[in-house]
Amino acid sequence: MMHLKETELCLGLPGGGGCEAETLKVTGKRGFSETVDLMLNLQANDQSSSSTDLMNDKKLQNSSKNNKDVIKPPAKAQVVGWPPVRNHRKNLMAQKSHNEETEKVVAPTSTGGSGAAAFVKVSMDGAPYLRKVDLKVYESYQQLSDALAKMFSSFTMGDYGSQGMIDFMNESKLMDLLNSSEYVPSYEDKDGDWMLVGDVPWQMFVDSCKRLRIMKGSDAIGLAPRAMEKCKSRC
Amino acid sequence: MTDDRSEMSEDDAGDGTAARSRNSAAGDYFIPYPDQVLENVLENVLVFLKSRRDRNAVSLVCKSWYRAEAYTRSDVFIGNCYAVAPRRVTQRFRRVRSVTIKGRPRFADFGLVPRDWGAHFSPWVSTMAIAYRSLEKIHLKRMSVTDDDLAVIAHSFPTFKELILVCCEGFGTSGLAVVVSDCRRLRVLELIEDDVSDDEVDWISCFPVDIPTNLESLTFDCVESPINFDSLEKLVARSPFLKKLRLNRYISIAQLYRLIIRAPQLTHLGTGSFSPPEQQQQQQQQQNDNNRDSDFVSAFAACRGIVCLSGFREISPEYLPAIVPVCANLTSLNLSYANIDAEQLKPVIRHCHKLQVFWVLDSICDEGLQAVGATCKDLRELRVFPIDATENAEVPVSDVGLLAISLGCRKLRSILYFCQQMTNAAVIAMSKNCPDLVVFRLCIIDRYRPDHVTGEPMDEGFGAIVKNCKKLTRLAVSGLLTDRAFSYIGQYGKLVRTLSVAFNGESDIGLKYILEGCTNLQKLEIRDSPFGDSALWSGLHHFYNMRFVWMSSCRVTRQGCTNVARQLPRLVVEVFRGDGVEGGERGDFVDTLYMYRSLDGPRADAPHYVNIL
Repeated sequence: MMHLKETELCLGLPGGGGCEAETLKVTGKRGFSETVDLMLNLQANDQSSSSTDLMNDKKLQNSSKNNKDVIKPPAKAQVVGWPPVRNHRKNLMAQKSHNEETEKVVAPTSTGGSGAAAFVKVSMDGAPYLRKVDLKVYESYQQLSDALAKMFSSFTMGDYGSQGMIDFMNESKLMDLLNSSEYVPSYEDKDGDWMLVGDVPWQMFVDSCKRLRIMKGSDAIGLAPRAMEKCKSRC
Repeated sequence: MTDDRSEMSEDDAGDGTAARSRNSAAGDYFIPYPDQVLENVLENVLVFLKSRRDRNAVSLVCKSWYRAEAYTRSDVFIGNCYAVAPRRVTQRFRRVRSVTIKGRPRFADFGLVPRDWGAHFSPWVSTMAIAYRSLEKIHLKRMSVTDDDLAVIAHSFPTFKELILVCCEGFGTSGLAVVVSDCRRLRVLELIEDDVSDDEVDWISCFPVDIPTNLESLTFDCVESPINFDSLEKLVARSPFLKKLRLNRYISIAQLYRLIIRAPQLTHLGTGSFSPPEQQQQQQQQQNDNNRDSDFVSAFAACRGIVCLSGFREISPEYLPAIVPVCANLTSLNLSYANIDAEQLKPVIRHCHKLQVFWVLDSICDEGLQAVGATCKDLRELRVFPIDATENAEVPVSDVGLLAISLGCRKLRSILYFCQQMTNAAVIAMSKNCPDLVVFRLCIIDRYRPDHVTGEPMDEGFGAIVKNCKKLTRLAVSGLLTDRAFSYIGQYGKLVRTLSVAFNGESDIGLKYILEGCTNLQKLEIRDSPFGDSALWSGLHHFYNMRFVWMSSCRVTRQGCTNVARQLPRLVVEVFRGDGVEGGERGDFVDTLYMYRSLDGPRADAPHYVNIL
């Protein structure tokens, strides 16, 4: 514990000796200004931290904050889950104050997690309902493909995902796939065009994908030429 | 029934068989032997026993009483879904009508539990689908419920009547569609603060059409997707028993009006947005305003039975006075989504003489709270939420408001109060003015904040609460606290069952005081406080009696947790990081410790980042 002293945030006296600290404990009084000083002067408090002997007989441990976040004077750094207001409520209040009425707040409400999520709707032809996926959760097409296969497994009876990702380079294989009754994933990009999934590098896909649709290969045939053109021009 | 009887006669083989042979010799007349008579009587009496504590006590008397109690228990409450396996429950209690299950720890609501931690409803519903064909009611809190689970409910329980989901997630409007279309006896569907995904399914239209429904209560204010208003209106029109209706924010005030004139029998109303739809032009609005106002007022006046009002999700404050006709009868008013100030509140609150429950935003300021204290003499529960939930924000409520409430609302039992600053004096005053307090939750948002007038720690205030409020069972502390505060809690908080501590305390002694002193402690949640292994160790004698212990960002080490786990084999000790990263530790200390007793050992569904010691 000793080596943490430097970064430890103490509510003991600033620069005071051991006996003064004891007196303070007995009376329980502590000046507000002192407390504020302590919290604001943390980083410079090398001397004061050494004054509190953590191993003394009375086992007085000064209060310390876990050093996962450093206090930035004068405002305290925001901490996860504080104050304890449900995310549900926080989101709604933030929505109102920013007057963002057009779109729903996208971030998940009931779980933790940092960073904006990238939720897109996924529909599958013939399935009774939509799903939503957060593209940021996946790191590759394969992961996304596996997840989609699982999600819609009850409807595909194995027709989806068994082929793996579409190979755009192999024209004849692609045409076979699109002529079959296999399901293929397509997506709507930023321009509003419907493309076959897999034609661009993964990160580019995550940034431009607005919506996913899993359709029968034979329905997707119209998308193929454009996809292959884009792919060829890129290679 | 016959199975149990024959079981019993095998236990008491001697007397039983003798009795039987005597009886069969005697012919048709069957004289039950004494124990069986007693069991009969017991069962008939126990049917009336509802309290679970009493039932638990009954079941401990002897085997016969255990069986009788198990046979007659119709409502099962599972406070921690991992404390017991579903199979064990269904094998002990055979004739269950209602099940309540709680899952995730409460701090999950604030983002401290990673995604996919657990609390899955699936194993429960699949076990119950086989064992409890007569199940009528399911009430879940903080569970992960999938659309498939909802489908199982809809298809497994022919007499299913009530579904209440609180703070749940994992399902969407498609699951709701299945429930409303296939649960033909549905009376209650309440979705409270759930995360419901928008599958673009028009679930409201899936209620069986053209026949009256059995609906008594429909709550969907948390559903963040548009509703087919036409279908909703027709649904309300054919639901003669509907008493509770809570709409979501996609219902405008004009639509609300159309609904309440069709349902004057309503007692509980969630008003939806309580503002005009956005498309409405300004000019049109002004033209219609006068007519609208009087219409709304008369609509509310027609709803003589309304006692509970909530919603106001996007309130246009000028419409608030429309509720005045019902204020005199209101016992519960939830304005906690309504950004209104004191001047907008006063004309309404001054009529609410019977108000018992009031939830509000701090936008009403101390002045608004003074108005509440002046009128609501019967107030039992108050919750004041912050509009701006950041530290160092301007917070318009303070010790002044708290004092005003304590002076005016002497019957107060439960309070949740967010503020940036507080004084010991105000808290002490409340402890004396409101001796009936059962729940005291004070959240001084600015961490480590002492009494802003005297500069002292908030020890004396909280000390007075535990000392003077002799019925206190739930306490949440905040502000600058020393070990002394905890010594008070340990000394006087003998009835405290739930305790929340955050960014408080000085040393291990504090937690020791709690664990040694609070003999009735059931639920302990601590975050960011300097309590370590030796403090944790001092609770060994008590952990089996608790529902759970949560400690995050404290000073417990993996070794300390392992020691506890070794000493208490029936305790499940989970260690994980709040951000879901593997390992469970941050630096030298465990990031999050969550432990609870379990009859069936550690759970099998823990995600990879959870270590069970």
